[in-house]
Amino acid sequence: MTGRLARIARTTRILSSVAAILLIAGCTNYYEIPIETPIKPKLDVSAFQRVLVAGFIAGGTDDVDGNLETTRLLRSQLRTKSDLRVIDTDVLPLMEVAVEDKGVPPEAKAEPAKTDGASDGKEGREKEGKEGKEGKEGKGEPKAEARGEGPQPSSAEKAPAIKDAKDLEPYEHVFADVEYWKKIGEEYQSPLIVTGTVMFTPHQRSGIVQREEEVYDSFGRRRVVPVRTYMERKGYILQPKFIFIDGRTGTVMHSENFREEVLYNANQSTPALSSYFELMDRLIPSFLSTLSSQKIKGTRVLLQ
Amino acid sequence: MPIRILTILLLLGTAATALAADARSDAQKQVQFGIAVAQRGLWREAIYRWERAVQIDPKYAEALNDLAIAYEHEGDLEKARVAYEKALELEPNNALIKQNYELFKEINDRTTRKDSQDNQNP
Repeated sequence: MTGRLARIARTTRILSSVAAILLIAGCTNYYEIPIETPIKPKLDVSAFQRVLVAGFIAGGTDDVDGNLETTRLLRSQLRTKSDLRVIDTDVLPLMEVAVEDKGVPPEAKAEPAKTDGASDGKEGREKEGKEGKEGKEGKGEPKAEARGEGPQPSSAEKAPAIKDAKDLEPYEHVFADVEYWKKIGEEYQSPLIVTGTVMFTPHQRSGIVQREEEVYDSFGRRRVVPVRTYMERKGYILQPKFIFIDGRTGTVMHSENFREEVLYNANQSTPALSSYFELMDRLIPSFLSTLSSQKIKGTRVLLQ
Repeated sequence: MPIRILTILLLLGTAATALAADARSDAQKQVQFGIAVAQRGLWREAIYRWERAVQIDPKYAEALNDLAIAYEHEGDLEKARVAYEKALELEPNNALIKQNYELFKEINDRTTRKDSQDNQNP
């Protein structure tokens, strides 16, 4: 009798387990599906046909010319990923303009950013150092004669005086100089003007980090285990501020701050320029989404 | 007398349950059809179907989840947010809805970044 009862109990247990599995399987009817989310641009740029990446007030490390590299990169990105026509012209010496514009104290008068020809795109990076260029729209393009734009100084051998965000402050008033930007706008047929500041600074940090380590047990089996170790790391912080100016009125339409950082093992030698591009790569989609609609690819789960 | 009342209540309860089950079954058909068309890229039709499903059975969290995904795909992020949040309200422990919502939030937050200052001088 007890044996029969035990059998019934066992059968009931098995049946209820099967029922539970079936129930879970039935409830989790799901389908993975790829989606593309269109993101509207943050800024309405329908009034503009052209974009002028004017230049940046840059500082931090002297290993990378933040002004020149940022201008080149943004121009080439805009050329391929936006509907606006990109104006190729010299990078504006904004630091000089700022100094002339409003008596910046002499001690703060830093060396202007390198402003050699900023024609990018097809010419590529090897063009760095060349003076004068012919861009896509170079012919018939009015030459920038705006205040402050003079001969292109070469400052490759000098360290920039802007070492941190505070050093940028004496120059930032230039972005609010409506007359200056209006004049630039008139010269380039009222484009959307992109300018701002770029800080690219080295930094280092030490602390406990988790990394994975291979271990072999007594049977020779390989395992990967997380190990926490103290490490000294160094890298860079990139802090650009993009300012969008209406070339028709000279007023600021929009501004956006970004901050990205990267750290490497102290014994790893990574060139500053490659770190700069690594960090810019991360924020370029956000920059582009300000001007043009983007599609973000992803996967979601449809449920039944 | 009490037996009669009890019987009526029981009958009413059964009828309500049957109606609810019927509504869910109808809604499920819409959801199923919506999934089939979404998989073929017909998202507008899918939205129509899932909206119908939610109309039929407003407590159908899965339908709201699917509708949110479709809105997301169409770029209607505000509607997507509302639908996801309703779905999670109905089924707060549904890991798949939660996962979809987290992924959506990542995109939504990016488009509504607080550190951008529209129409402000630097």
